[in-house]
Amino acid sequence: MNSTLLDISGVSVSLGGKSVLANVSLSVKPGEWVSIAGKNGAGKSTLLKCIMRIVKCDAGSMVFGGTPLSSLSQRALARQIAYVPQATGRYSPFSVYEHVMLARYPYLKPFSAPSKFDRKMVLRCLDETGLLDLKDRFLSTLSGGERQKVYLAQAFAQEAKLLLLDEPNTFLDPRCVQEVLQLLKGANRERGITIISVTHDINSAAVVSDRILALKDGLVEYEGDSASFMEATVLERVYNTAFSFVSHPQNGLPLVLPWQAV
Amino acid sequence: MIFLGANKRGFFFLVALLTASVAVAPFLGMTCFSVSELMSLPSDAMEHHIFFQMRLPRVLVAFLSGAALSLGGMVFQAMFKNALATPFTLGVAGGASFGASMYIRLGLMFSVLGIPGVTIAAFGGALLSISLVFGLTKAGRNDSTNTMLLAGVGLSFFFSSAIFFAQYLSDFTQSFQILRWLMGGLAVQGYTTFFDLLPIVSGGALVILYFTHDLNALTTGEEEAIGRGVNVSRTRTILFFTVSLMVAAVVAACGPIGFVGMMAPHICRLLIGADHRLLTWASMLFGGFFLTWCDVLSRTLIAPAEIPVGVITALLGGPFFIWLLVSQKYGRQR
Repeated sequence: MNSTLLDISGVSVSLGGKSVLANVSLSVKPGEWVSIAGKNGAGKSTLLKCIMRIVKCDAGSMVFGGTPLSSLSQRALARQIAYVPQATGRYSPFSVYEHVMLARYPYLKPFSAPSKFDRKMVLRCLDETGLLDLKDRFLSTLSGGERQKVYLAQAFAQEAKLLLLDEPNTFLDPRCVQEVLQLLKGANRERGITIISVTHDINSAAVVSDRILALKDGLVEYEGDSASFMEATVLERVYNTAFSFVSHPQNGLPLVLPWQAV
Repeated sequence: MIFLGANKRGFFFLVALLTASVAVAPFLGMTCFSVSELMSLPSDAMEHHIFFQMRLPRVLVAFLSGAALSLGGMVFQAMFKNALATPFTLGVAGGASFGASMYIRLGLMFSVLGIPGVTIAAFGGALLSISLVFGLTKAGRNDSTNTMLLAGVGLSFFFSSAIFFAQYLSDFTQSFQILRWLMGGLAVQGYTTFFDLLPIVSGGALVILYFTHDLNALTTGEEEAIGRGVNVSRTRTILFFTVSLMVAAVVAACGPIGFVGMMAPHICRLLIGADHRLLTWASMLFGGFFLTWCDVLSRTLIAPAEIPVGVITALLGGPFFIWLLVSQKYGRQR
């Protein structure tokens, strides 16, 4: 079995003449959770979009499970990789059930209705994410936390081996953050789904991730385990700002706070 | 079909209602016929000719045109995630109207294989517009849906000014002819127009039906659709050409009949939801039904004179849509 699920090598991207990613490389093993950190505009979301082929790479290669990503059709790619964009500004005229059913697109044939298996899969994912009671509601009537769970249910229903999550817990209250992270942790630890998530929540990332990749101005500034990332020198280098550190009262893990009270 | 939920029953009710309505429409007009009266008439009777050579083909053309315009609107609204998109948004009607206006202004008089010159000129204008929009999209820095939309809107304004200019340079008769063409009309003799449109519209509808899952995904946004596995660039190009050619054929034959393409899909969404597997059929049937009945009104309200059908579509459809919007709470909040 291939020990690398996704191998990104020397990826560069320019948008509007500006270099957004420069020579970025990353290797992800099956079942790993890799968080991508960095300042706003560092190129984190662009990297996810490159993997999903939403943004074209100018240079570099990406190999998924031994197959070059470029050789896969978009439909075949979506069977392997599910992408959850940022929650802001998203619109859907569908009910929760219908919206999650959209994730079955890579398995549907033209002129056909979703199969019994498709319907079962959607119901199972709604059940897993605690959304069964909301299945007939419209997305516009849900809270931010509920909507984020819908997007996760959708990603699960796509049956992909790799989830790309763009800030999955931004704009959520602490309880929702906890619930979303629990769902993802369950998928990652129990079902072996590999996760690459972009995040600004350094503390949560340090707890849930196996590794962290930090980008700065499109370049890789740090790649390694979470514990080493939570060091003052590393964080200051990545974010160009100072942090204070405290210990978690239960597990003793370091937690970061802004250096100065505003 | 469980995906469609309770909407399925409503959909079949809609199909039955629309089919029955369209079957009734040819019997109505300045003179109304009954089935028994029609059956008892000799085949060379004037009424027989009116029914089979004028009314029936006219109803068929109205149904086909309404269906095509509504489908066009539905596809563009999904593709551009824009409720105001119409089948004319990408300049097809503008191009066709420009072609027809130039034909009238230049005083040209020809026909090819029985197809009137003004229809050919309008189709040529629409093709010119389609090529320009596609060319401009490809030439743009980013081959995006927005570029396509803006190129279409820009060209529409350009053609609209060119038509005004052509009208300004025309004499009174030509100017009126241009204005009358721009209002749209469904007066046909025989089945030539119907059989010209049938393969284009049914072929187009088939292509759109092939892409219903893609349209569902596109409704939630381009990035989401790519993430679900849709080849957005390919789908967009195929649907752009399919809808544009279909609409170009209809506009060339009947003029730019407004409103149907924008409102019929919205009305169907309010009634049966946003799933394109069902919405495509509903839009097709409802668009056809709506234009057929607008045409019935256009030829009966002030008979023996006719009101241009484009005037009826907007006068009738506008208030109806607003009523539906207010009474059903747009967006199906649950």
